[in-house]
Amino acid sequence: MYPADLKYTKDHEWIRVADGEGHVGITAYAQEQLGEVVYVELPAVGRTFAQGEQFGAVESVKAVSDLYCPVSGEVVRVNDALADHPETLNSDPHGTWLIVVKLRDAGELDALLDAGGYGAHVA
Amino acid sequence: MMQAPSAAPRKTPLHARHRALGARMTTFGGWEMPVQYTDIGDEHRAVRTAAGLFDVSHMGEIEIAGRDALAAVQRITSNDASRLEVGHAQYSALMYPDGTPVDDLLVYRLAADHYLLVVNAANTGKDRDWISAALESEEDAVAVDTSRRYALLALQGPRSREILQGLTAVELDGLRYYTFANGEVAGVRATISRTGYTGEDGFELFVAPQAAEAVWAALTDAGAPVGLRPAGLGARDTLRLEAAMRLHGQDMDESTTLLEAGLGWIVGWDKGDFVGRGALSAQRTAGVRRRLVGFEMLDRGIARAGYDVYADGERVGRVTSGTWAPSLGKAIGMAYVPAAHGAVDNGIAVDIRGRRAQARIVRMPFYKRARS
Repeated sequence: MYPADLKYTKDHEWIRVADGEGHVGITAYAQEQLGEVVYVELPAVGRTFAQGEQFGAVESVKAVSDLYCPVSGEVVRVNDALADHPETLNSDPHGTWLIVVKLRDAGELDALLDAGGYGAHVA
Repeated sequence: MMQAPSAAPRKTPLHARHRALGARMTTFGGWEMPVQYTDIGDEHRAVRTAAGLFDVSHMGEIEIAGRDALAAVQRITSNDASRLEVGHAQYSALMYPDGTPVDDLLVYRLAADHYLLVVNAANTGKDRDWISAALESEEDAVAVDTSRRYALLALQGPRSREILQGLTAVELDGLRYYTFANGEVAGVRATISRTGYTGEDGFELFVAPQAAEAVWAALTDAGAPVGLRPAGLGARDTLRLEAAMRLHGQDMDESTTLLEAGLGWIVGWDKGDFVGRGALSAQRTAGVRRRLVGFEMLDRGIARAGYDVYADGERVGRVTSGTWAPSLGKAIGMAYVPAAHGAVDNGIAVDIRGRRAQARIVRMPFYKRARS
């Protein structure tokens, strides 16, 4: 259920790293807990965040949920398509990214969960 | 009103059923209740387009009986209960002397000298104590908390009538809005009331607690083919807010008068004296200084209960209820604003996590069903 090529936070974000950049999204478990997503609040390109720092929020019918950055770094891209189609976070959570972060320290990835560890965390 | 009770939350007679359906549960008004079975939006839309079935057994029931029952009900509630015939129900409020509501409720006239008040779960104990203290010793009227005698199911949505008609001999076409009848549903004694808290056509069914499972099962079996779904408190909240129905403890409480809450229409000005009349009358003459308005968000974001509201740059109050409205495709809410600022189309701003998001005051209800 949880792709092996992603790393996960206990706060239900995932990150897919390649060439020093990481695509960041929310997990299937997160979207299921949230229910129908209606707004996504994302930062501007160029902002920098520390690992674990809040970078945005997801609003569902039921509640607002904060988004936490899995690694430290600079936001180099933002998924603007989510403004019009936030529901893709529900339909394809592991294929829908929120932001791309240029990693400051790849060593931080060691603090994240792998697919097995995350699966156990939400079981 | 969400609050953590000191005692363990109570369970309705349908608790095991909710668990078996995989509902996500929460504590509300001292009860462990289903928030959602699958998804709030889906359950909401089922009620608007087909039907939803809610367990609302957490609601409280208080009965007032005796030769002076009408006089007592007239004195403690705001609406004019003398207009109620047997078999009719009325929206009203239990009143404090300062014109604010102890609670809002439905008053059912069960018999000439017998009334049933259906009150909010979280307020049942408070209401019972208030009513008992308000009855006068020379009065022939007693108040009894009969909440444990009833399970209450709400069948709501445009397909409700046909679903229920298949299970009862009571002629539902003749049962008008805000009236009720006694009969059987799926072979179980029930009081069938054409009322609800969703803005749709629908029914509320009072049955014995031990019969709740059987009635729930019969309704879901009969309703599933036409799209009925079990619906939780999450959808109940988005539905009632679209219909601009107030929630006591959020949209009004002991700090807001009925007039400020926009409930002047449940004040029986033509009846005699009642608790709170003097205060309401004085406020009606002087004019309210603030009032509850509905708004829709113009900027992105959802204004949720408790968020600060600004008018002309000044903080004027808080959002009392706010949500994404699944039937309207936008974010809506209610808030108290200065009366001078409360006109439709006026702009307000809501502080959404540090950002001032623009909103516009709109007419309520936000959603009104098409009537045939």
